[in-house]
Amino acid sequence: MKEFSDEELERYSRHIILQDVGIEGQEKIANSKILVIGAGGLGSPVALYLAAAGVGEIGIVDGDVVDLSNLQRQVIHATADIGVPKVLSAKAKMEAINPNVKVTVYQKFLDASNILDIIKGYDFVIDGTDNFSAKFLINDACVLANVPYSHGGILRFGGQTMTIKPHESACYACVFDSPPPANAIPTCSSAGILGAVAGMLGTIQAAEALKYIVGVGEPLYNRLLTFDAKTMNFRNVNFKKNPKCRVCGGEGIKEIKDYEAVVCEAKL
Amino acid sequence: MKLTINGDSKEIKDGIVLSELLIIEDVEQPDMVSVQLNDEFLTKDTYATTALKEGDEINFLYFMGGGA
Repeated sequence: MKEFSDEELERYSRHIILQDVGIEGQEKIANSKILVIGAGGLGSPVALYLAAAGVGEIGIVDGDVVDLSNLQRQVIHATADIGVPKVLSAKAKMEAINPNVKVTVYQKFLDASNILDIIKGYDFVIDGTDNFSAKFLINDACVLANVPYSHGGILRFGGQTMTIKPHESACYACVFDSPPPANAIPTCSSAGILGAVAGMLGTIQAAEALKYIVGVGEPLYNRLLTFDAKTMNFRNVNFKKNPKCRVCGGEGIKEIKDYEAVVCEAKL
Repeated sequence: MKLTINGDSKEIKDGIVLSELLIIEDVEQPDMVSVQLNDEFLTKDTYATTALKEGDEINFLYFMGGGA
């Protein structure tokens, strides 16, 4: 059991006085390991809030460097970080917010050859990626390795998210089956994204991760939360685990393979 | 007939199949959505043969691949 210092007791005091979190919940947070995949629009708010919350170990994965066009929404990066690897820029901000947090960086993109090794040992994974091949790969790997995770997707003024507990709740493929054909789907780089929408969706994912770690409330299992920031209508669509799902149903998947790279990688 | 589409009750002409509803509802690319009919997800090859009836609940869940 973790012994909090006086500094930590004060730092986390608003969690500790929060009913349903308390000192026990804060200890769970401090003993948890969460992996954030993507240090972009979604990964930025997630990483900032998880660091501030005192998650014991946070892994962050991204192979990219900070670009000027990122700064409209990727709030963990600053103008002076342009050209710096995103994971290093993110790690510096997270440690500046909370030096008690251990940050592990993976300066690479995930693929079938490395994903299982990277997610192994984490209690919860955040999907903050920007393409379907990565989203389906993360779903496959989390189902295979039995690691719960939060799916997140954003486009224009909208967002969607669901939380997946493999083999217990519906997985991403139960709902969306397989990646759409290349170029069928508009992407953030081709269709745009309101920067604040990334923050809205990312902070929901961070809250879901913390709820899961503390064991409080009702995670977004078996439902997709969607919102449209133009109308500010939020909606839950309920469903059940698909017994015939090609990933988590029946025999399910046995091995990880790469999906063909599709969309959202359109270079400007 | 009355259908519930993405949570909203709508009056839609009788006797249509799901692929016709996609057109009526301006879903330009069926590849962009996952379709749920009364809690079950449909495979794309059944859209043209799935008849809709009074009271059906249909959800169009759009793919959203952004995040960065």
